[in-house]
Formats: sequence, structure tokens, C-alpha cells
Amino acid sequence: MSYDARFRVWRGDADGGELVDYTVEVNEGEVVLDIIHRLQATQSGDLAVRWNCKAGKCGSCSAEVNGMPRLLCMTRMSTFTETETVTVTPLRAFPVIRDLVTDVSFNYAKARQIPAFAPPDLAPGEYRMQQVDVERSQEFRKCIECFLCQDTCHVVRDHESNKEAFAGPRFLIRAAELDMHPLDAREDRADFARDEQGIGMCNITKCCTEVCPEHIKITDNAIIPMKERVVGRHYDPLVWLGTKIGLRKR
Amino acid sequence: MSETRLDPASGGGGSVAGGVGSPGRAQIPERTLRGDRWWVQPVIIVTLLVLWLLYALVRTSMQRYYFVETYHYLTPFYSPCVTASCVPDARHLGTWMGELPPLVPYAFFLLPILLGFRLTCYYYRKAYYRSFWLSPPACAVAEPHARYTGETRFPLILQNVHRYFFYAALVVSGMNTLDAFDGFHGKDGGIGMGLGTLIMLVNAGFLWLYTASCHSCRHLIGGRLKHFSRHPVRYRAWTVVSRLNTRHMQLAWTTLATLMVTDAYIALVASGAVTDLRFFN
Amino acid sequence: MAADLEHFEYDVVIVGAGGAGLRAAIAAREAGLRTAIICKSLFGKAHTVMAEGGIAASMGNVNSNDSWQVHFRDTMRGGKFLNSWRMAELHAKEAPDRVWELETYGALFDRTPDGRISQRNFGGHEYPRLAHVGDRTGLELIRTLQQKIVSLQQDDERETGDPESRLKVFAEVTITDLLQDPSGAIAGAFGYWRESGRFVRFNAPAVVLATGGIGKSFKVTSNSWEYTGDGHALALRAGSTLVNMEFIQFHPTGMVWPPSVKGILVTESVRGDGGVLKNSEGKRFMFDYVPDVFRGQYAETEEEGDRWYTDPDTNKRPPELLPRDEVARAINSEVKAGRGSPHGGVFLDIASRRPPEEILKKLPSMHHQFKELADVDITKEAMEVGPTCHYVMGGVEVDPDTAAAAGVPGLFAAGEVSGGMHGSNRLGGNSLSDLLVFGARAGTGAAAYVLALGDRRPDVDQAVVDAAAAAALAPFEEEGGENPYTLHQEMQQTMNDLVGIIRTAAEIERALERLEDLKARAEHLTVEGHRQFNPGWHLALDLRNMLAVSECVARAALLRQESRGGHTRDDYPTMDPHWRGRNLICSADGDGIVVREQPMPSMRGDLLALFDTGELAKYLTPDELAAVPAPATPTDGSGS
Repeated sequence: MSYDARFRVWRGDADGGELVDYTVEVNEGEVVLDIIHRLQATQSGDLAVRWNCKAGKCGSCSAEVNGMPRLLCMTRMSTFTETETVTVTPLRAFPVIRDLVTDVSFNYAKARQIPAFAPPDLAPGEYRMQQVDVERSQEFRKCIECFLCQDTCHVVRDHESNKEAFAGPRFLIRAAELDMHPLDAREDRADFARDEQGIGMCNITKCCTEVCPEHIKITDNAIIPMKERVVGRHYDPLVWLGTKIGLRKR
Repeated sequence: MSETRLDPASGGGGSVAGGVGSPGRAQIPERTLRGDRWWVQPVIIVTLLVLWLLYALVRTSMQRYYFVETYHYLTPFYSPCVTASCVPDARHLGTWMGELPPLVPYAFFLLPILLGFRLTCYYYRKAYYRSFWLSPPACAVAEPHARYTGETRFPLILQNVHRYFFYAALVVSGMNTLDAFDGFHGKDGGIGMGLGTLIMLVNAGFLWLYTASCHSCRHLIGGRLKHFSRHPVRYRAWTVVSRLNTRHMQLAWTTLATLMVTDAYIALVASGAVTDLRFFN
Repeated sequence: MAADLEHFEYDVVIVGAGGAGLRAAIAAREAGLRTAIICKSLFGKAHTVMAEGGIAASMGNVNSNDSWQVHFRDTMRGGKFLNSWRMAELHAKEAPDRVWELETYGALFDRTPDGRISQRNFGGHEYPRLAHVGDRTGLELIRTLQQKIVSLQQDDERETGDPESRLKVFAEVTITDLLQDPSGAIAGAFGYWRESGRFVRFNAPAVVLATGGIGKSFKVTSNSWEYTGDGHALALRAGSTLVNMEFIQFHPTGMVWPPSVKGILVTESVRGDGGVLKNSEGKRFMFDYVPDVFRGQYAETEEEGDRWYTDPDTNKRPPELLPRDEVARAINSEVKAGRGSPHGGVFLDIASRRPPEEILKKLPSMHHQFKELADVDITKEAMEVGPTCHYVMGGVEVDPDTAAAAGVPGLFAAGEVSGGMHGSNRLGGNSLSDLLVFGARAGTGAAAYVLALGDRRPDVDQAVVDAAAAAALAPFEEEGGENPYTLHQEMQQTMNDLVGIIRTAAEIERALERLEDLKARAEHLTVEGHRQFNPGWHLALDLRNMLAVSECVARAALLRQESRGGHTRDDYPTMDPHWRGRNLICSADGDGIVVREQPMPSMRGDLLALFDTGELAKYLTPDELAAVPAPATPTDGSGS
């Protein structure tokens, strides 16, 4: 049931590094993270990797396996053939710290820019919301902040200079989550998405949705609805006219 | 999405310098480490879309074989036929203007809507941004552009007018439906039905589905609401449209196919190459 | 070494960024204090995300008969009366407010038809009581608190121009030592950045420990790598004490297959929503394992148990929903009797009992977890499950009202690292509420302590800091020593085999011998590489914490000669009222660990009156029973 697999793991830091070849034992039912741990325990004790829950719930072990952004704990070895070389590298959209560990502080900085939930004028315990009204936002709150969507998004992955202006898919779903929250008291979430989060930079090529381990429909359920809300407020002449002549309130 | 500059240093034709090759990131020379055949999908999409466009160009410029007089089959590529250039029976919606100058497509004011709706469609945008513009060619494969501004500037900021094309597309679907009804025309002038009628009906049906599954439609019908619970009817409509919306890509391709099949069948019958299979009359 | 050391000044340092730590930080910051949050991993990744079932709080949204008294009673019963009754009282009273507060931070719980927070049934809770979001409640809790912290930082940015002026998160920092003044009062904390290996020193008169549990001392565990008992060990080394460390909860249903996910939790909601346990013969064996203390409260036939899901008022609940320790022991017995599943567990079957749509709606992340990790579709086939080390009831001995740790001024503890609240066994759902209630109390308690100190802040000798740095670097000095990974595995195997779910004196003594040996070998560890993000080094430092805590567990387990909750002695198989009144207190003694008995304070009369005498007789000694004052109030179902 067990076999020796060939692995190529990127070792290095910000000053440089390379793919290092390993031959390592693989047993039935294992995932890539198990193999990385086996490398740590038996061949290179200082191989750096982030991980926590090992169950796809915390979003720590994000890396790239054979070029695709993935959670190491959710990539089963049975998806590879026994003769295939498995290549593991750190996320390539963020600065590397060491080996498979990257500096993801970009994401925490973006998180801090979004205006927080604005509570309504209700006492705690008085909140009433219907299940159908919370479900859309609940989908986005499934996000485990693995940042694979941020990593794969070509807007920042391929253009370091866009990091200033673009918040990335993770935080566009946060914007949608708040805008669809039945009791959020702010009305300017869509404006913020356009003006501060750069939602216009997204060209809806859906890689974020493809890599999301929680299967959140990032593009269809969050980004496009937000784009449509932006259109409603800024690019829709009928709405503009309606507002002018008082048929529609903002 | 302005200014394309290929970076000669990266050999393979991708500019990785400002992207995955930026200082501080893990230094990996390859523009992607994907070993699967990620380029297959863009190649297929380019091929299919180019073939379809060529077909449409040829057919609209032919200006014949667009109408089967015996059974009143009008191809969607010439619908609505409302100018004096059209054969009289094809003008079942009336004659709205005189003869067109040569080479102007008979459906000249509707084709831009058809194209515009699809060009600004959220699915087609994904498809052509990836396949034609390579932005990105596939997930985690570096794109060849040195700069990228997405849909924030002219002309791509115009993508935001999609919902107007959606409204207009409703009209297009309506006209195609009327054409299909007109196709219930028998040899003797009374009611009849043939394979052509069925094809036109199926085409019109899929056009409605594609139009209704549009993301703008989903937004307008209910997605824009904050409280579904206060608008139960719109919420129900939204859930239906949402279910269709998950099939938007499949419907986008299906309608390209049904449009082409409908047109090709009518062209073949109109040119006399095949005889319509009649169910009755 | 000085150039290597970063230095920060704070009022309160919170060690740990799970539910308790973040809630404590919010409380301390709202009291106006400069607060640092230390996370061992990234912000928002704490082990709290793994909690699935919900937050227990007697809001009464689904069954209005619920009240704090009933919640208190359930908690005491679950803990077999060994709980700190004052903590259980505060917990039951304050949990609803802590949950409602989360909504003002932006949390989105599942709803009842009238728009309130929905509550679900859970093992040991008399009424539907757990506020939940599908089966990812822990994620909701951590994200909500994380976002509240960000929102406080935004407030500070508006006010001072710097978002981190009053509340700063130090991600990927591990604390290795607490700094104390010569009198023993807390003066700060010392640690290292995992990323760079550089040392960092916090000067602060108050430290709140919120480091979670000790699961990584066991081989089969649902806990992540962070659960190395850091807070427990820091408290011990600082001179504080741990209470009741022998009580460890083995969650009855962990995944047993495939090996890479062995131990990962299968939420109790699977059983709450209709899942049943079956052995290899297809029998629902739990009916054979209802212990005497619970007889009469659980269904005796499958038919009655099944009716309960739709009509809980006139039927008794199925025995699959007995407290966790009972279920874990039952599964253990079935497997030992040779009626286990192919991979050494039993079957948990919901597929044959509920339609696929309902399973997908109610247990989405369980479906996801089995599909992705084990390639099992739980809507079609049964899961294989078995007991896994899940939670430590014991922990730092604290003052119930302020969460102040015993014996060390300025030290506070909340959440899993603290002890007492759950007695000998924790009810499902009581953990998240514990984090919120005592997290808030610890933050407030620490703030009050700091404000009372005024300018008289404890100061630390440079020699103490230098010693902490030297100790942290020791594994790099040694050459030809042992591999920390090997030692860790041996320790996990020892604890799992000898101080696991079923214990005997002989086995515990063997474990203690092995621990002594491991302790000696741990003095000579060698790690390769350098200080930058070096997991081998990190493990070497964590290992001494795990060894100290494991010794506490083993020594306390040897001393307590009875079986109660999360402590089962094969050689003393029953509950003994004499031991009910005794806590076991663990403290450091030089390099060793000592455990002593300590009598518990008697429960207040009004709380005792919540139970009928028949029930109290199961727990109290005849003398104690005689001293019970008022007659029991007419019950609203306590004995039904």
C-alpha cells in the first residue's frame, strides 16, 4: 500500500531558493501535508510550512501543488499517479518568508480598510432576521481566509503594482456579505467596493471561484452582484433619471 | 487592460517581472508550474468562437436563403425582417422602412443588440478575456501583459451597460418567438408544422433561457434586495433565475449552437438542398 | 543579545487568539487599556474554528422553558458535580448576553421562523440550547471576534491616526516564559517571532493566558499543533497551580480513517440531528450503556428515541445523546469486544435515517469533510468513528469572578487553559460559551487589576530576561542530541496507551517512569538549521511544556481513585462521593511536579435547591446530604 514518491519542494527565502528533490514514503489515504510532515520528521527538520487544523477548516496550509493554489491538507495523494513528481511551492502572489511560508500581511491590511459591520439601532437580543435573508451572507462567512483566491487572482498575482488599488476576491465577498447583511446600517458598501476596493479591476475570469476550498461561488454570488449594485448606483441612466425626478430614492 | 508589452527577458513571452517574478516573492523562473494541459481550453474557445463568427459573417452577407416562403421560416440572423429589402412574406412584423443600401445586414439594428448582449455578458467576458486576451490564459498562469487596469477605464468600463443589452435582448427573444409562431405555416396557407418550426421553437426557448439566466436579470429581479423575506414573489423569481444562472455558460454555448443550427437548416431548406420534414400540412 | 530583542510596553498582554483571548482583548481594550494579542499562528486561525456544534446559552428561543437555572443544572450534572459551581453559575447566567453581543459585532446565526437565533439540541442539554451556524459555529465565532477587533482598531485609527495604538495583534509569536518581579508578580512575557526567530519582550503588569489545551500530548487527538499546553506550563513555571488535570475529554466520535485525519472530529450534531451509533452487527448498542445516574432520562427503546427528534416534550431522548464520556466509553467497550468497524471504530449512520437534502442542509461541513478527506459520502454510507482526545477539563486554577490565576498577581486565565468550570466532563456547546463568558471576565479582571496598580508596575531583572533567552536557544547549542520529533512521538504514544481513555494504577506508573526518562532526554535535543521559521526548534521548545503538563495529568490520574467524567480507572470503576469534594492541585516543585488534594467549597444553598434530593444522593456523601438546607423546589423536568 505504500510507495516512494518523488517530490520537488521549493526551499529558500526572499534572497533566493530552488526546487529541491526528495524521495519520500507515501501511504494509503495520505494528503500532501502528511508527506511534508514526513519530510520534516525524517529528512529536513527545518522545512518551514504553516498548518493548523489538518481538516480544511483553518486555511493555514495554503501553497501551490503542481502549479495550482491548494490547501496541502486537502490535496489527497491518490489524485497523483505513483510515478508522478509532485511539485510544492509557496504561494507566488505574496512575498516568501521561508520555504513554503509566505508573508500574507497584504490580506490583513486590506481587511482593516473595510468599514466594519454597522450595527442597527437595536438592543442586543432584539435582532430579528429571517433565515432567507441571512443565507446569502452566510455563504460568504464560510470563508476560511486561506487566501488562495487572493493568490490566484491575476490582478495582483501578475501585477504587484495593483496591490495598492485592488482588495482581492476575499474582501470583495466581505463587501458583498456586509451589503447583503439584513441589519447592516451602512448604505455605501457598493461605492466603497468601486472607489476603494477596485472592484472594476476584476475581469470576472473566475479563478478565485475555481480554487476556493469552501466552494464559495465568489464570482457569481458576490463579485457580479456587487458589480451590478455598482452599476445601479453609478452607471444606470434610468436610475440616475429616476433619482433626479424623485421616483426612486437612493 | 491597456498597453501590452511583452517582456523579452522572460523568453516564453510572459512578463513575470512585475508579477510572480517581483522582488521578495519566491524566485521561480517558470511562468507556471502547471503540468496539465491548461492551454487546451483557451484554444477550444478561440476556435469555436472564431468559427461561429465567420459563419455568422458569411451568412449575414449572403442576403439570400434566409426565408422559406412556403412555411414562413425566417432565420434569426435576418430577424426582424422589416425593410423593403426583405421578401414580402418575411415581413410579418410589418415594413418599417425602405430598401437598405447594399451590404447592410437586413437585421442591422438587431445584430448589434445580439452581439452587444453577448460581448458584455459576464460569461463571455470571462471566456474572451481568458482565451483571446490571455488575461489570464488559465488560473495561476502568468499573463503576458505588463499593465492591467481591468474594467475601470474606457472602453472596458462600458461593460457596465450589460443590463441595457439585457432589456434589449428580451425584445430579441420576443421577436424570435414571434418568428417561430409565424413558422406554423402550412403549404396551403393555413396552420402547419414541420421540423423547421420545431427547430425555431427550440431556438427561441433556449434564447429565453439564456436571457433569463443573465446575471443582470438575476440582480434586477431580486438580487438587489436586502430583505428577501419582505418580497416573497421576487424571492421566488430570484431562486428560479439563480438556478438558471448556474447554467449560464452552458446556455451561452447552447444558444450559439441553436442559432447556427436554425440558420443552417433554414438556409438548406430555402436553397432547396433539403426538403423540410413536415409533421402536418 | 540585546540587539536581537524587540521590546514593547503594554497594559495587558493576551497570550492566545482564540475565542477566549479575543474576547478578553475586546474587554481590556474597551476598558481603555493598551492591549497586545499574541497568536501562535496567523490571526483568525486559532483552534476555535474547529468547534462545530454551537454555543450553549439559555436564550429560550426554541423552548421557552429554558433558563439559566436549567443550564446550570445540566452543566453540573455533565461535570458530575465536580465543577466550580460559581463558574458554572456565572457561565449559565451570562452566556445569553455574550451571544447576543456577537450579533452586534456582525455574527449571522441560523434563525428560528420568528427571526430569533435558532438553537439546537445537544448531548446533556435538556432543551435545544446551542446557537449555531450550520456546523461551522466556531469559525463564525472567531471571525466575528476578529472583525470586532479590526473594528476597534478602525476606531483607534480615526481617533489617534494609528490603528495599532491601543490594540495590536502579534501574529506568529510564541511566548516561552512569563517575566516576574522578585515578589512573583507578573511584569511581562518573553517569546520569539516564529518567522524570524528574533526574540520579543513585552513589559506588562497583566497577562491573560488563553492558550487552549494540551491535546498534542496524545497520539489520537482532534487538536492542532498549537495545543501543546503552553499556558498550563507557563502558569506552572510562574508558580501558579493547575486543577483537576486528570480529566480529559475523549470525544466519542473522531474520524478513524484515513490515517492522516485520524482523530479529526465528527460533530455531535450528527447525533443530535438523527445519526445513530451501530456496531459491526448493525446493532444500536448505546441502549446497553445507559448508566444508573442517567436511567429514566433516556429512551429505553429505539421507537421512543426516534420519536424524540420530532416530539421532544413527551418522549425521552435517545442514548446516543448521553454525555460525551459515556458515549466514548461505550464505543471503546464495543471495539474491545470485537464488534468494531474495519478500521477500529464503530459506525455512525445518518445516511439511512435522513434524506440526503436534509443532511446536506444541516451538516454541510461534515459532508464536505468526509467527502474531501475520506472520500466518503455521508448521505450514502455510514461513517467510521472512534474516541479522540478532544478537550482538557483541568487547567489553571482561577478565581471564578475575575479569572485571576491562583498565586500569581497579574496572571489571568480563560477558556480551555483554565480549570474548574466543566468539572469532570464538559458538555458540548459549553466550550464556546465558556470562552465568551470567562474571556470577557478575564479581560475585565485584568483591566481592573492594572487600573488598581496605578504607577506601581512590577519590574523585571535583566538577568531573568537573559535566562529566558538562553533557555530558548539551548536546542541550538547541543550537538549530537536527540531529534525532537522522535521524542514527541514517544511521548504521544505513552500518553495514549497508558494515560488514555481507560486507566489503571500500574499503567500510569509505567507512564510516569517513561515521562521521567523523556524529561531527561529532552534536556539534550538537537535541532538543525537556523532560527528563521524552524519547526524543529519550535517543537523542541514546546516539548518541555507538553512534558510538564503530561506529568501533571499522570500524577493526578494516579491519585484520583475513582471513575468520574473524563477520568476512568479500571481499578476503581465507580464514582466515589468522597472524591466528589476534592480537587487535585498540581504545582511545580523545582524540576518536578507535585499534586495535592484540596477540598472544594460547598455549593450555595439556593443552587443546591435546584436539584431534588434523590439526584443529589448520587453525588454527595451522606454527611453533605444531611447538610443540604431547603427542600428541593418542585421540578420542571429535572428528573424526568
